[in-house]
Amino acid sequence: MPIVEVKNLVKKFGDTTAVDNLTFEIEEGKITGLLGPNGAGKTTTIQMLLDLIIPTSGSIRIFGKEMKNSREEILSKINFSSPYVSLPTNLKVWENLTTFARLYGVKNIEKKIDELTTFFDIKDFLPKMTSALSTGQLTRLNLTKALLNDPALLFLDEPTASLDPDIADRTRQLLKRIQKERNVTILYTTHNMAEVEEICDRAIFIHHGKMKDDGAPADLIKKYGREDLNDVFLMIARGEAENVKS
Amino acid sequence: MNFNRISALMMRHLYLYQRSLPRLMDLFFWPILEILVWGFLSVYLEKMNLGGLNIVSLLLGAIIFWDLLSQSQKAVSFAFMEEVWEKNFLNIFVTPLKVSEFLFSTFFLGLIRIVLVGIILGLFSFLLYHFNIFQFGLYTVPFIINLLLFGWTLGIFTTAIIFRFGSSAQIFAYSLIFLIQPFSAVFYPISALPQALQFVAYLFPSSYVFEGMRAIIHNGVFPLNYFLLSLGLNLVYMAVIFFFFYKAFYWVRVHGRLMKIEG
Repeated sequence: MPIVEVKNLVKKFGDTTAVDNLTFEIEEGKITGLLGPNGAGKTTTIQMLLDLIIPTSGSIRIFGKEMKNSREEILSKINFSSPYVSLPTNLKVWENLTTFARLYGVKNIEKKIDELTTFFDIKDFLPKMTSALSTGQLTRLNLTKALLNDPALLFLDEPTASLDPDIADRTRQLLKRIQKERNVTILYTTHNMAEVEEICDRAIFIHHGKMKDDGAPADLIKKYGREDLNDVFLMIARGEAENVKS
Repeated sequence: MNFNRISALMMRHLYLYQRSLPRLMDLFFWPILEILVWGFLSVYLEKMNLGGLNIVSLLLGAIIFWDLLSQSQKAVSFAFMEEVWEKNFLNIFVTPLKVSEFLFSTFFLGLIRIVLVGIILGLFSFLLYHFNIFQFGLYTVPFIINLLLFGWTLGIFTTAIIFRFGSSAQIFAYSLIFLIQPFSAVFYPISALPQALQFVAYLFPSSYVFEGMRAIIHNGVFPLNYFLLSLGLNLVYMAVIFFFFYKAFYWVRVHGRLMKIEG
């Protein structure tokens, strides 16, 4: 059963159509890459899925329910992480995690924070100010926050952006581990196509707000007759993929 | 309404007070400084023996009440601005938090602020000028509740303006209260205003609070009509401002502006 069902989703900002009749589904327990060049409509789509932006038309069903009727229930089972959206830097790490744990209604907060900070190896930073954390530590803190409520669905916006190759690789391994151990469904945006090949079960390409293609990374590479997903991305972004047969 | 989420947001702001000198100064230092200035002025005017007026009670009572209104408004506006400065709206609004819970957390923050400031100012004015804000007993409480409600309404109004018109409108968070002051009859009766401005003054719930406070000082009788007028206006404005806030919040979500409000 699909966890996310998006049907004929449209978002217009004045004369600009940011998302143009997008339809897709996301299966439970899979990592799906939502890909496309800058301005493709990825962020707008994710913000509509998170109920931060109201669609112009179309429907979104998550866990089989409409957001407008079941917002509280849906959002309690979702979480989000992005290196571009920091937690308040003027709070200590434990203060941030406690605040968000309470906002998500986590039952045993101390145990959960202890478990996750151990998992992400940031337990020693709990008494520190969030502003004192390095980029890699902040990414791990964001991911810790994102798992506080044991989400069934996780939105990750470029989770490895601005990380060095070592930390980025560790983060990918962590995500694979999370998905495997907790059966979390992940919607993932990134511009790193090698990363998509490595961890995504499926890639959805959008461009100018429209769905361009959708499939397993290996299948897409084969379909477009390219060596890797990066070349597929370039073909789609440059409009050279129009003649490829589906 | 989930009180666990409301208290989580309140705690998120209270954590900051433990280590922020500007916040503590805003809460204690500046109000105390105001009491000192107005207290000295009151003592000086009292020595001039102006027709038997109880100057200390009138001025110190007024400045304490005014500070309570100001603290209530600041609690809402600054809790909102804090999220703007920290770009935290996405984080909090992807949780199950409801907008009403966000607003109620600011209401309770305002309540905490006015209780703390009320105690501190009451203590200082009693120790330095022998003025007891509670000399009129529980009569003062209904008026303080009205100030809390009006401050909350003003705070929500400023946040709705910032939502709708962007962070350039954040000057309202600091200045709106001063636009209200001349019409609120804080230090003088409404009758002291020119006729046209008296009509404006009658539109503000705060005017009835200060008129009521003076009536208690003069007669020692609780002016129920002032209290009811103030409460009635507060309820009307709260309904209007809530509607305006929800419309503004809807507008930012339609236009995808929630993440673009920056400090």
